[in-house]
Amino acid sequence: MCGIAGLIHRGSAADIGQEMTSMLQALKHRGPDSTGFALYGSPTADRYVMRFKVAEQEDVKKGFDIHRQIRERKAAVDERMAEFEAKVIEEDTATEYAYRIIFNYTGDVRRLADYLEDIENVEILSIGRALELIKDLGDAGGVSEQYGLGEFQGTHAIGHTRMATESDVDIRSAHPYWAYPFADVSVVHNGQLTNYWTFRRALERRDHRFMSNCDSELIAVYIADQIEQGNDLEGAMRRSIDELDGVFTYLVATSDSLGMAKDVMAAKPMVLYESADLIVLASEEVAIRSIFPHEIDTFDPYEGEVRVWKN
Amino acid sequence: MEELKREHESHRMGMHTEQLTGRTQQVFFSPSEERNFTYRTGFDVDFNKRTELDVGDMEATAVNLELRRLMSEGYGTIVVKNPGAKHSLGVGILNRLQLYFQGSLGYFGCGLIDGPNVRVSGRVGWSFAENMMAGTVVVEKNAGSTFGAAIRGGDLVCKGDVGSRTGIDMKGGTIIVGGRTGVLSGFMMQRGRMVVLGDAGDNLGDSMYDGTIYVGGKIASLGVDAITGEMTELDVQWLKRKLAIYGLEAPNGVENMTKVVAGKQLWNYDNLEPTEKKLVL
Repeated sequence: MCGIAGLIHRGSAADIGQEMTSMLQALKHRGPDSTGFALYGSPTADRYVMRFKVAEQEDVKKGFDIHRQIRERKAAVDERMAEFEAKVIEEDTATEYAYRIIFNYTGDVRRLADYLEDIENVEILSIGRALELIKDLGDAGGVSEQYGLGEFQGTHAIGHTRMATESDVDIRSAHPYWAYPFADVSVVHNGQLTNYWTFRRALERRDHRFMSNCDSELIAVYIADQIEQGNDLEGAMRRSIDELDGVFTYLVATSDSLGMAKDVMAAKPMVLYESADLIVLASEEVAIRSIFPHEIDTFDPYEGEVRVWKN
Repeated sequence: MEELKREHESHRMGMHTEQLTGRTQQVFFSPSEERNFTYRTGFDVDFNKRTELDVGDMEATAVNLELRRLMSEGYGTIVVKNPGAKHSLGVGILNRLQLYFQGSLGYFGCGLIDGPNVRVSGRVGWSFAENMMAGTVVVEKNAGSTFGAAIRGGDLVCKGDVGSRTGIDMKGGTIIVGGRTGVLSGFMMQRGRMVVLGDAGDNLGDSMYDGTIYVGGKIASLGVDAITGEMTELDVQWLKRKLAIYGLEAPNGVENMTKVVAGKQLWNYDNLEPTEKKLVL
C-alpha cells in the first residue's frame, strides 16, 4: 500500500524533521516495513552532503564477520574520497552501517559516486547541496530517533512509509530514491509501474544505474534521465504521466522545489493542503492533521495532475 | 385491485422508490411488512435528547462503540467533536439518528449506514458512505475518491469537489456533488441518480447498466455505453426539488444540465440465453 508525504515552507526554514516524523508516523498503518526521509536544509554553494551505507541492517544482525567488513568498506570509501581530492569537513554516523559526510569537491559528482559505489555493498543514498536522505527499517518514530532527525531544520521534505509488495524488506528497496547522479533530486512513490522492465532496460542502455528491483526506483532514474536530456522538472513529470504505465502517485523534490504527479486513473490517493506559506501533501489527511492543531481545508488533486511548488 | 391499493398506500406514506429509467423496477413498501423495514437491534432514540462527544484522543473503534452506547441510552442527536480525519468513523449505524461531525473524516466514514441523518462540517476521505442504504448525509467541504461507492439508497451530498470514481457500482439512491467530480464517475452504475453541478472527468458513466447522471458543467468524455439522454420536464422538476432541499443550484440552471444514461448496447443487454451466447461467441 505505502504512504507518501511531502511539505514545503515558502520563504523560511522550519522544523521539517519533526514535521515529517509526525506525518510519517501517522501513515505507519500504510507501510510498517521501512521509513525514509528526504530532508532539504539550507543549500551551500561550496560543499556537498553525502549519505551512504556500507551494509544492510539485516547484514549487521546476521553477518559472521560483518563488523570487520564494515570497517574495511568505510576505510575504502575514505581512501577513494581522498584519491578524488574530496575534502571531508565533517563526518558522523547514526548506525554502524550508515554515514553522513560533508565535503568540499569541485569535480564531477557522477564520477565520484560511481567510484565509491564500485566498492562492494557501498550504496550512496544521496549527494546534494541541501538534500539529506535517510532511510531504514522500522517506523518513522524509530528511524527519526535513531538518526536524530527531530532537530532537522529546513524548507521542504518528502517521506515514505513502505509496505513491501514487489521487492525485499531492506534499505536498498526503501524510499526515497535519489535521482542518481543529480544532486538534490529525490523521489517517493505509491503505486505499481507495469512497464518497469521495458523502461529499466532502456535506461540501463543509456548508462543509468539501478540499485534495487523496486519499481519506484525507476521514477527517480526516469526523472534523472529527463533532466539529463534538458527537460525541466515539471516537463519531466508531465511526460511521465504519458510514458509510465500503471497506477501511481509520486512526489519529487529538488533543492528548491516540490512536485507531485498522479496517474490518469487516479487510483492512488493524495490529499493536499495549500496556503500562501505552506504546502502539505500526504496519502491520507490524517497525516496532514498531525501537524495542524486547527481545522484546515484540504482537497484531492485530480487524475493526470502535475503540480510543482517552489520554496 | 389489491396491488393498486398497496401502491396507493405506499405512495401516501412516501415509502416508494422513484421510477428511474429503462428496466428499473419500482419496489413498494407494504405497511403489513413494517417489521421487515426496521432492525430488531435498533434503538429507540429521541432527537431532542442531545449530547456532545470529543473524540480527539479516541481510537475509531472506541468512537463507534461510544456512539452505539449513546444511542442505546436514547440519544437521538450526537455532536462529534475533533474527529481529526480518523478513518471508519460513524460506520454501520442502522438507526434513526442526527449525527454531526465537527471537522473532517478519513477513509470509509459512515459506511454501511441505514437511516441516520449525518452532517460533516469538513472534508471526507476515500470511500465515504460506501454501501449506504438509507438516510441523508451532507458533507460541507470536499470528498475523496469512490464517494458513495455501491450505495443502495438515501441522499448523499458533497457541497464541494469530489475525487474519482464517484458512485462506482451505485445501486440506488441519490448522489449530489456541488462541484467537480473526477475520472470514471458512475462506473458500472446500476440504479439511482447522480447529480454533478460542476465538471465531470473522463469516462463518465462507463459501463453503466442503468440509472441517470446529470452534469451541470463540462463532461471530459463519456465512458463505454454511456450516452446523453433528453432532459424531460420530470427531470427538471425532480432536480429543482432535490437541489432546493440542500440549498444548491445548478450554475446554468437545471434545464441546461446534461443527462447521461446507459446506451444498453453492451452484450449483457441482449436476450440470448447463455447457451445461445456460446454459439454467438
